[in-house]
Amino acid sequence: MSLLWLRFALGCYFIGLIYAFVALTRTSDLFSRIALHAASLGMVFHFVSLTELFLSGQVVWASVHNGESLLAFLSMSFFMIIYAIYHTTSPGVVVFPVVFFLTFVGAVDEQPVLLTQFVSHKGWLIAHIILIFTGYAALVLSFGASLLYLIQERRLKSKKPTSLISFLPALEVIDQIGYRSLLLGFPFMTLGLLTGSVVALTTYGHVDFLDPKILLSLLMWAVYMIMVFTRWNSGWRGRRAAFLATFAFVAALAAWAANYFSTIHRFAS
Amino acid sequence: MRFQLIGLNHKSAPLEVRERLAIPESRLPDTCRELAAYPGIEEGMVISTCNRVEVVTHTVNGSADLRGFLHDHFHLKAEELDAHLYEFREKDAVRHIFRVAASLDSMVVGEAQILGQVKEAYATARAVGACRGQLDQLFSRAFAVAKRVRTETAVGSSSVSIASVAVELAKKIFGTLQGKNVFIVGAGKMSELAARHLMAHGCASIFVANRTYDRAIGLAQKFNGQAIKFEDLYNTCDKADIVITSTGAPHAIFRKEHGEQFLSRRKNKPMFFIDIAVPRDVSPEMAKLDGIFAYDIDDLQQAVSSHVADRRKEAERAEAIIASEVERFEARLHTLDVVPTIVSLQDHLETIRQAEIDRVRGRMGQLTPEQEMAVEALTRGIINKVMHTPITTLKTAARESEATTVVDVVRRLFNLQVKEGSVPKKDEVGIRH
Repeated sequence: MSLLWLRFALGCYFIGLIYAFVALTRTSDLFSRIALHAASLGMVFHFVSLTELFLSGQVVWASVHNGESLLAFLSMSFFMIIYAIYHTTSPGVVVFPVVFFLTFVGAVDEQPVLLTQFVSHKGWLIAHIILIFTGYAALVLSFGASLLYLIQERRLKSKKPTSLISFLPALEVIDQIGYRSLLLGFPFMTLGLLTGSVVALTTYGHVDFLDPKILLSLLMWAVYMIMVFTRWNSGWRGRRAAFLATFAFVAALAAWAANYFSTIHRFAS
Repeated sequence: MRFQLIGLNHKSAPLEVRERLAIPESRLPDTCRELAAYPGIEEGMVISTCNRVEVVTHTVNGSADLRGFLHDHFHLKAEELDAHLYEFREKDAVRHIFRVAASLDSMVVGEAQILGQVKEAYATARAVGACRGQLDQLFSRAFAVAKRVRTETAVGSSSVSIASVAVELAKKIFGTLQGKNVFIVGAGKMSELAARHLMAHGCASIFVANRTYDRAIGLAQKFNGQAIKFEDLYNTCDKADIVITSTGAPHAIFRKEHGEQFLSRRKNKPMFFIDIAVPRDVSPEMAKLDGIFAYDIDDLQQAVSSHVADRRKEAERAEAIIASEVERFEARLHTLDVVPTIVSLQDHLETIRQAEIDRVRGRMGQLTPEQEMAVEALTRGIINKVMHTPITTLKTAARESEATTVVDVVRRLFNLQVKEGSVPKKDEVGIRH
């Protein structure tokens, strides 16, 4: 049943996906409103799906598909918070495709890929998953914002009086969205990694720093920290910030992919 | 529909003629009264702005001597005035009023001010009783049409002056201008105008630097700002988010190294340079820096031209809306023409029905409430069936040119007298139940 709700949500997010492509070529208030309502409805279905999953009492939180579903939901929640504050749907251009892709992967298969290791402290594990995914969601958003910043900056520099991609908010607003997402996501990511270490310690008695998952996660955290620092210290924006955000995003993808070859953080069918 | 309009505007008359006809606001009520009392005029109203003076009337027989009114009122001879006048009647007058209210006839197409001015003129004419029935309908509709044009087209949405384009661009960079600082380098008229626009949109403070320090002080005082010595320009410029520069320097005064300094001191927060100097004050190398947005006079002019072209395109769509609204308004007025006849017909048949019931009531004896209701329903049903065809025919004829003939025939057939003031609202006209 949980999967059925998720598929309903996927249908709604599909409208958002179309919006993301249309918005790149032309502005339509009506379509952005439709996409927003569809995304809200999708979130309701998605929430029901996640709640059912939680109430089912299985240890399915630590599965790849459910993790992706949770990440999609958290990314969408961030999008809605930003909409509530700034009244702009433009981050959807990046967020909607990511959310659609994650939900799609989560919704296609009935069989969840589960964490192979037995974990004794379920509470720490759940805290680890929620914290780290919130961090990931914030990272997705700040990555999206840095791309939008680049687009808007190029547009203003080109000085062409075209209405193309005029749906973008002001440069400083995009900058604030990115910076605030970064600031909000960093503590979650840090705490997520700490709780992950606690889970590893209680399960194995030690943390293997040479494991690819741990190495890549630390790399991602380090890039994240550099992003926060350079922004706070020197106000890095535009190209340099986009470069760092892309690097952090790729590191996050690599850390996620490490699940398939890590010895301590492995998922299997 | 006996609307008649005469007037002149920025296209038909030069300023020296327009200013002779301009009516001060205080004298507008008297002019409206005088107009309404003029021979052949039922209702009248005067629109007087810096770009137009127009006399709009509803006449007794469709042809009043409005030129005569203007000659008398302004004490002008025909040869001084008539060449600049335009005159519209009936449907053309309606179209003209719709176009004026929707700002399609303005000097800057799409500007919002004209609608407010027409509304004020309407309120004045109404207050003195010079605008009652037909003109009231015309202007109520004109305001609705203007609103429709504004919502359905983008005719008034883009900026069409250098200063407003600068404000629009600043908003694209900073979102809100609240709390932003402006630096004027070189105290020229155009810089002052742009600064005034920016301040009106919420900018917090102004710095002024000029080679002649006294001029900087003078301009700074106007804005309650701060004058800066020209040699301190590079040390203070980074405090400003928006820099308007228009010096007469033969070379660029803002170069790449200055831009880098500013950005470093500002922690890379963006800066917007409005460079209206020729030759340019901002070097192209500096304009390329991340975080520096520099627009020169050509860039701003290009944006203005593009917006003007956009407005022209939107104006075409607006004209189509106006054309359909004129048709609708005409049809509605024609319907109103037949309404008194319909009301008389209804009254006439209702009187007959009541009289007939009263006549036979004695013969029917005491009726129970149910029987009363049955009689009522029966007679009303007959009346409604009889009225159905004439009312439908009248309503159909109202949309065509034969309305007057049909109204005449129906009145004769039923021997109807149309009562004064028997014009109900549109929804009230129909079969009674």
